[in-house]
Amino acid sequence: MEKTTGIVTGIIANLVTVKVDGDVAQNEICYIDLDGTKLMAEVIKVTGKNAFVQVYESTRGLKKGDAVEFDGHMLEVTLGPGLLSSCYDGLQNNLETMEDVFLKRGEYTAPLDEKKSWDFVPIAKAGDKVQAADWLGEVKEGWLPHKIMVPFSFKGEYTIKSIVSAGSYTINDTIAVLSNENGEDCKVTMTQKWPVKVAIGGYIEKPRPYCIMETGVRCIDTMNPIAEGGTGFIPGPFGCGKTVLQHAIAKQGDTDVVVMAACGERANEVVEIFTEFPELIDPHTGRHLMERTTIICNTSNMPVAAREASVYTAMTICEYYRAMGLKVLLLADSTSRWAQALREMSNRMEELPGADAFPVDLSAIIASFYSRAGIVRLHNGHTGSVTFLGTVSPAGGNLKEPVTESTKKAARCFYALEQSRADKKRYPAVNPIDSYSKYLEYPEIQEYLKKTIDKEWVDKVNVAKNLVRRGKEVAEQINILGDDGVPISYHEQFWKSELIDFVILQQDAFDPIDSVSPLERQEFMLSVVLDVCNHPFKFETFEECGKQYKEIINIFRQMNYAEFKSDRFNKYLQEINDVLSNEQ
Amino acid sequence: MNNSKAFQRIYTQLEAITKATISLKAQGVSNDELATVAGRLAQVVKIKDDLVTLQVFSGTEGIPTNAEVVFFGEAPSIKVSDELAGRFFNAYGDPIDNGPAVEGEKRTIGGPSVNPYRRKQPSELIPTGIAGIDLNNTLVSGQKIPFFADPDQPYNQVMAQVALRADVDKIILGGMGLSNDDYLYFKQEFENAGALNKIISFVNTTDQPPVERLLIPDMALAAAEYFAVDKNEKVLVLLTDMTLYADALSIVSNRMDQIPSKDSMPGSLYSDLAKIYEKAVQLPSGGSITIIAVTTLNDGDITHAIPDNTGYITEGQLFLRQDTDTGKVIIDPFRSLSRLKQLVIGKKTREDHNQVMNTAVRLYADAANAKTKLENGFDLSDYDLRCLDYAKEYSTRLLAIDVNISINEMLDTAWELFGKYFTKAETGIKIDLINKYWKDNN
Repeated sequence: MEKTTGIVTGIIANLVTVKVDGDVAQNEICYIDLDGTKLMAEVIKVTGKNAFVQVYESTRGLKKGDAVEFDGHMLEVTLGPGLLSSCYDGLQNNLETMEDVFLKRGEYTAPLDEKKSWDFVPIAKAGDKVQAADWLGEVKEGWLPHKIMVPFSFKGEYTIKSIVSAGSYTINDTIAVLSNENGEDCKVTMTQKWPVKVAIGGYIEKPRPYCIMETGVRCIDTMNPIAEGGTGFIPGPFGCGKTVLQHAIAKQGDTDVVVMAACGERANEVVEIFTEFPELIDPHTGRHLMERTTIICNTSNMPVAAREASVYTAMTICEYYRAMGLKVLLLADSTSRWAQALREMSNRMEELPGADAFPVDLSAIIASFYSRAGIVRLHNGHTGSVTFLGTVSPAGGNLKEPVTESTKKAARCFYALEQSRADKKRYPAVNPIDSYSKYLEYPEIQEYLKKTIDKEWVDKVNVAKNLVRRGKEVAEQINILGDDGVPISYHEQFWKSELIDFVILQQDAFDPIDSVSPLERQEFMLSVVLDVCNHPFKFETFEECGKQYKEIINIFRQMNYAEFKSDRFNKYLQEINDVLSNEQ
Repeated sequence: MNNSKAFQRIYTQLEAITKATISLKAQGVSNDELATVAGRLAQVVKIKDDLVTLQVFSGTEGIPTNAEVVFFGEAPSIKVSDELAGRFFNAYGDPIDNGPAVEGEKRTIGGPSVNPYRRKQPSELIPTGIAGIDLNNTLVSGQKIPFFADPDQPYNQVMAQVALRADVDKIILGGMGLSNDDYLYFKQEFENAGALNKIISFVNTTDQPPVERLLIPDMALAAAEYFAVDKNEKVLVLLTDMTLYADALSIVSNRMDQIPSKDSMPGSLYSDLAKIYEKAVQLPSGGSITIIAVTTLNDGDITHAIPDNTGYITEGQLFLRQDTDTGKVIIDPFRSLSRLKQLVIGKKTREDHNQVMNTAVRLYADAANAKTKLENGFDLSDYDLRCLDYAKEYSTRLLAIDVNISINEMLDTAWELFGKYFTKAETGIKIDLINKYWKDNN
């Protein structure tokens, strides 16, 4: 097929108009020839013979009349073994194999190692009937069983004509030949391509999430748990600890694969992942964290158009691993930068702006992206999931702005980071009252929590939440009426909420012990804290009340720094029990 | 910028003139290319068929429709060599110190980004002697951090002080909309410190056209990259004032009929600022670029688009505030933050640094609460009163910008204050550290 070509007729920053000589498709990829350097671009609008393309690189030096060649397909990612522990830019170029210190324009590197051999073990056999996403075999990617699947683009039913026996193959070797309903043969390798803006299907159904994903972060797991296959978002002004919280979840999350999309954020934050993750150990498997992590990084100084692509690239890789029946966690930091990339482009195309100059369809774009997450039941009965947690960077910390509002409609968990908590160094600065997890209301999740943690768990959590809420109310009363102007019971209420705040909500992300709190420990701590809250103290004065609670809080904090159920831990537990029994 | 070339293309018929841009029909023009319009430097910002729009840096006042337009065929550049050291330049890189033009290799400014994978994690502490920085918001080489300050605060003085105390090979000043007085102040401070030979300045003063400022950061950073990448040096770049830089951006985008987003800033403000700040880097070869900038605020308002976008890009911010209780300018411990401090705290400094820092700030917050109670006319508890006394001493002895002591002295001072005003339990510090460092009030 003849490729469509064109010539450049207009340039404003990275929006280029191309006069084309044939057919082009929306979102088709093209390459602009700048003195021999090929600049990748994507069609975002067509009027008559003019295609508007957004260039994924700097357009410096581009001239009217430069030649353009269209590629005939949309932006695609390459899927196959070797994705894990890789670091890609937003267009899936392997950053590790780029030699230079500086990024070179028009330098594109292969995402997967084509020379590496993988030990393939067949799962299916000749004669089997298969369809898209069915498992043909597997290779070991680190410790992870990486399934080799029938390409997602295959439509209808196929019969396996032949499949190779167990052995060592590269990703481009043919490992199976399938014949379709018309008897035509199709070769299958260990790698396939998929357009990033299209969701990968190949499953029977996407049920409501029914279990939770443990993160080791108390204010999430205990107070507002996120479901496996669920969605959540973390909005917050700068300096409130969005990234620290996300990194904590990436390190401790109970999941098989983590994809981190650094979208328009600081390069040094990505460097932190490169530096730390290879050293850190996954608390669930004992393997190096990097082995389960893929990084998609389009930092804030990299081309804006590729920033938009980066979140889709990340999501597509997640969906690929989900189809293998794995638990995948996608962390995107920050989705606001992605929305801003959309805004810049919409602005240059002179579209009528919506609120804050964002494109009018922002809400729809965000909603359709979040809907790609979820837990799915595969054709072979296995389940896989993509849990998605995005951060939002609201302008001026004001949550009434288009990106936060649109995301709130799409995501089911909301972790509001709060400036005033961050100012007081109460980290993680998640506001316990405004934040929510809709999953706590799901009967199937409640059932799951009762079964796996404790029969009364949900009730306990609600009691704790109410104490925090009540504590905030009485704190306002005390501020208005003064310490003496309210009954002592108000002070007790206030200190109960402080106790929960200091012991459960606050967590030291930089302490090796306190930073990871397994569910078992969380359950234990909440029970002890509630025992204290239920204890009938008899205080004569409000000073006495404050003093007593401060002492208790201090013991609990030391307990949080001690290894669970160690001698030290038990010693502090005993101290608490002593305080309670001395009282009576 | 000496741009005399054999292949210059000359035009003399303008199609349109606005306050900052001109348009004309021209052939073979490339994006971002430089030109002169009636002798003034300009840059191509838009091409539509044969119509080319140029942004004229010094403004279009008096430009006639038959002005001569000469295209250079290349993007803005700077000549780099060791001769840069000790020199003062304007926004175009021309000397303003009566010295000769600099000879060297020509490099285009605003060049490509460092591959994030090739970066190294910043890990070298930059001590400044100011406890508000070293103790609470430690600086690390390769970091980018602005001062957030109201226009009446002594941010340029503090910045000059920090720069001269920092142990670096080169200091590059990018002055945008600097008042002539401040420019002379910097010059004098650098001379007095005998540090002139390691300082390079690119300066646009208030009496020069605002759009020229847009070149300053790229000029300064191109020079910084030469020393950091080619010479493996530690370079500190000072950018003041980035608010005036952003104002110039909004002028240009306004003239080009772009739809403004928040606070009449261009929609691309975040990316524009990020391109500058992200030049801060720790290179694998040992060279580094650290950026300390100034963003002036309007009455402390950090929700305005300029400080807001800056805060999301930079690795923290240092907030200057007048402390009414002690009359000193302090580095506000609540609003200030150095995101990279965790990379050096307790690793390059004493083990108790993290807990001492957090506890001191938490107690200072309790003092703020006590102050609110006092203002609302309530009785203060014994604890409240102790907090207030502590806050005064903490502010004077540690937060004030006129402090100049070592980090260990800062930590010892904090322990002394804890022992003087609080009980061990009130500090909530890990017991091992208490046992080792606690100072009883004698």
